[in-house]
Amino acid sequence: MAERGVARQFDDSGQKHAAATLGMWIFLAGEILFFGGMFIGYTVYRIRYPNAFHVGSEHLYLWIAVANTAILLTSSLFVALAHHAAGTDDSHKSQRLLSWTIALGLAFLVLKGLEYYLDYQERIVPVLAFDESAIEGAEASNVQLFLIFYFIMTGIHAVHVTVGVAVWTVLVLMIRRARSVVGYRNIVEMAGLYWHFVDVVWLFLLPLLYLLGAS
Amino acid sequence: MTAAAADPMQSFIRSRWGWRDWLLTTDHKRIALLYLLSITGFFFIGGAAASLVRLELLTPKADLLGEEIYNRSFTLHGIIMVWFFLIPSIPAVFGNFLVPLMIGARDLAFPRLNLASWYIFIAGGLIVLSAIIWGGVDTGWTFYTPYSTTYANSAVVLVIAGIVVAGFSSILTGLNFIVTIHTMRAPGMGWMRLPLFVWSTYATSIILVLATPVLAIVTILVAIERIWTVGIFNPDLGGDPLLFQHLFWFYSHPAVYIMVLPSMGVVSEIIPCFARKPIFGYHFIAFSSIAIAVLGFLVWGHHMFVSGQSIYASLIFSILSFLVAIPSAIKVFNWTATLHKGTIHFRTPMLYALGFVGLFVLGGLTGLLLAATAVDIHVHDTYFIVAHFHYIMVGGAVMGYLAAVHFWWPKLSGRRYHEGLGIFSAILLFVGFNLTFFPQFILGYEGMPRRTASYAEEFQLLNVLSTAGASILGVGYVLPLIYLLWTLRKAPDAGPNPWGATGLEWSVSSPPPQENFAETPVITGPPYAYDTMSDPMNQEYVHG
Ligand code: HEM
Ligand SMILES: [Cu+2]
Repeated sequence: MAERGVARQFDDSGQKHAAATLGMWIFLAGEILFFGGMFIGYTVYRIRYPNAFHVGSEHLYLWIAVANTAILLTSSLFVALAHHAAGTDDSHKSQRLLSWTIALGLAFLVLKGLEYYLDYQERIVPVLAFDESAIEGAEASNVQLFLIFYFIMTGIHAVHVTVGVAVWTVLVLMIRRARSVVGYRNIVEMAGLYWHFVDVVWLFLLPLLYLLGAS
Repeated sequence: MTAAAADPMQSFIRSRWGWRDWLLTTDHKRIALLYLLSITGFFFIGGAAASLVRLELLTPKADLLGEEIYNRSFTLHGIIMVWFFLIPSIPAVFGNFLVPLMIGARDLAFPRLNLASWYIFIAGGLIVLSAIIWGGVDTGWTFYTPYSTTYANSAVVLVIAGIVVAGFSSILTGLNFIVTIHTMRAPGMGWMRLPLFVWSTYATSIILVLATPVLAIVTILVAIERIWTVGIFNPDLGGDPLLFQHLFWFYSHPAVYIMVLPSMGVVSEIIPCFARKPIFGYHFIAFSSIAIAVLGFLVWGHHMFVSGQSIYASLIFSILSFLVAIPSAIKVFNWTATLHKGTIHFRTPMLYALGFVGLFVLGGLTGLLLAATAVDIHVHDTYFIVAHFHYIMVGGAVMGYLAAVHFWWPKLSGRRYHEGLGIFSAILLFVGFNLTFFPQFILGYEGMPRRTASYAEEFQLLNVLSTAGASILGVGYVLPLIYLLWTLRKAPDAGPNPWGATGLEWSVSSPPPQENFAETPVITGPPYAYDTMSDPMNQEYVHG
C-alpha cells in the first residue's frame, strides 16, 4: 500500500521523487529539440548571410541584454538558495528568496519589453515597423531575416520566462497558505530545473544574437 | 451499473458511472477507453475522406470532386489518419491500458497528466475538424513550403494550430510512459523481463518526446511566415524552402516508426502465445526496437533525393536508410524462428499478426528500393510511394492495431467475440488491402503521379481494381466494429486468461480491477514461459 501523503500510484516518496525528476529532465530534453529547430534555422542563415547578420546584430541593444543576463543569472542563484532553504524546512526564507526570483523575472520581462519598444522606435521590427533606410551595409531583406529570428527566439524565450514567473507566483502563494514548504520541496526542485534551463537558453541567445555585432 | 461504494477490486468498467467518473477519470484503463472511442471516430472520418478520393479515381477525369475538393480530401485524409489515428492508436490506447498492468503498477507515473493529454488531443482534433468549415486544407499532410506559406488558399494556420496542440499530447504521453517504465516496475521486473510490448512502447516514447517538438517549431514557423508574410522559407525574401523539408522530415520519418514500432510490440506478444513457444531472440527484438528508434532519426534525407540536396548527403542518407532495415529484419527473423516447430493456432489475433508480418515485409522491402537513389528518382511522387507507405501504415500498423484489439478485447471488455467472424474479417481485410494497394505499385512504376484527381486513360483498369479493393477493405473495417460492439450486449465471459497467455495483465480478472492488483506482484522469471504453460486453446474452440 502507498505511503501516506503520496499519490496512490506510488509506493513511497522516493519513487515519487525519482519519477518527477526523470519526467522533468525528459521534458527539458524535448525543449532542447524545440529550441534546436530555431537554432538550426538561425545557423543556416547565419552561415549564408554572415554580413547581414552582423549588421542586424549591431542594431540590438547590448546593454539591455547584458543587464538581463545578470538579472537572470541572479534569479537562478535565488532559486538555488530557495531550494536549499526548502531542504532545511525554512518556509519563510524560501518564500522570501522565491519572491526575489519573481521580481527579477518580472524585471527581465520589463527590460525586454523596453527593448522591443526601442526597436519599434528605430523601425527595425519586421512587419510592424520596418524601415529599409534604417539598415546600412547589407541587403535589407537578409537583415530582416536576422531580425525575424531575433524576435522569434527572444519572443519564445520570453514566453518561457513568463510561464516560469507564473509558476513561482502560484508556488509562493501555496507555500504561504500551507505555512510550510515541506510538501512543496519537489515542486521547488522541478520548477528550479525549468528555470535554470530557461536561463541556459538565454546564455546561448546572448552571444548568437547580441555579441555577434559587438565589436 | 450500480453506484457501488469504492471497492478497489471491482472491475474498472463497472465501478462508478457518473459523467465525472469517466470524463475526469485518472485511471489509465478508462483513459485508454476514452482514446479508443475518439480515435475510432477519427478513423472513420479519415476513412470517409479516403472513400471520396478512391471514388474520384474511378475515372480518369476529375469529374466527381474536381481538383480543388480532391486536394482537400486527400489532405484531410492524410492529416486525420496520421496525427489523429495512427500516432495515438496503439500507444495511447494499448500503451495506456497495458503498460501499468504489464509492469505490475497501479497506474502510470502521472495519471492527471495522462488525462490532460487526452483533453489536449481532443482539443487539437476539434481544431482540425473545425477547419473543414473554413474549407479545409489543400497542401497535403506535408505542408511543403513555399506552397503552404505563400500560395495555398486554405485554412493552413488553423490546421497547423490543431496539429501543434495534438503534438503536446504526444509529448506528454511519451514522457509519461518513459517515466513509468523507469520508475514503476514491480519488484523483480528487471529490464530483461519486460514484455516486448513494453520495450517497443519505450522506444516509441523516445521518438514521441524527441521528434514532436521539432514538428511543433517548424509548423509554428510556417504559421508565422504565413500570417506575417515574412521570409523564413520564402526564397524571394532570402529564406530557403529546403530548410522546411529538413525540419519536417526530421520529425516525420521517425514518426513512421511511432506508427509501426508499437505494432511490432503487439506482434511480439501474439506470436509466442499462438505458437505456444517462448519468443526466439528476446534480447535481439528488444534492442532492435531501440536501434530502430535511434537510426530512425538519421535517415530523413531519403525524402529529399530530388530536392536538390547535395549528392553526398543523398549518398549518406541512402546508406543509413539501408541500415535501418537491419533491425527490422532482425525482428522478422526472430518471429519466424518463434513460429518454427511451434504449435500454431490460427485464431483471429494470430491472423492479424501474420498479416502484419507479411505486409510489413513487402512495405519494408519496397522501402529498400526507394532508399536506392536511382530507383527513387524514377518513382518519386508517384503511386509507388503511396503504395509503399500504405503497406507500412495500413498493412503494417493498422493490422497490428487490429491484432491488438482482437488479442486484448477479452481483457478490456471481459467478453469473447465470435471467432468465425473475426477470422472472416481478418481474411477480408488482407484480401481487400492487397487488391487496393498492390495495383498502386504498378501504377507508380508506370508513372502515374500521386496527388492528382485526373490521370491518363491507360491507368484506369488498375485504378478500378484499387477502388474495388477499397470497398472490400471498407467492409473489413466496419465488420469488427459491429461484432465487437455486439459483445457488449451479449457474449460469453472471457475469464481472466482465454488465450492461456503469459504476462501480468492476464493474471488479473477481465476487465481488470480498478486497482489492477490486489497486491503488488513479484516477478520471478522471464516473460513468455509458454513451454511451462498449459494450452487452453487445445481443448476448446469457442464460438462466440
Ligand atoms: C488506415 C490508415 C491510413 C493511413 C495512416 C493513411 C495515410 C495516408 C497518407 C499519409 C497519405 C498521403 C496524403 C497526402 O499525400 O497528403 C495517404 C494518401 C492516400 N490514401 Fe491513405 N491512409 C490510410 C488508409 C487508407 C485507405 C483505407 C485508403 C483507401 C480506401 C487510402 C487511400 C489513399 C489514397 C488513394 C491516397 C493518395 C492520395 C493522393 O496522393 O492522391 N488510405 N494516406
Ligand atoms: Cu522516411
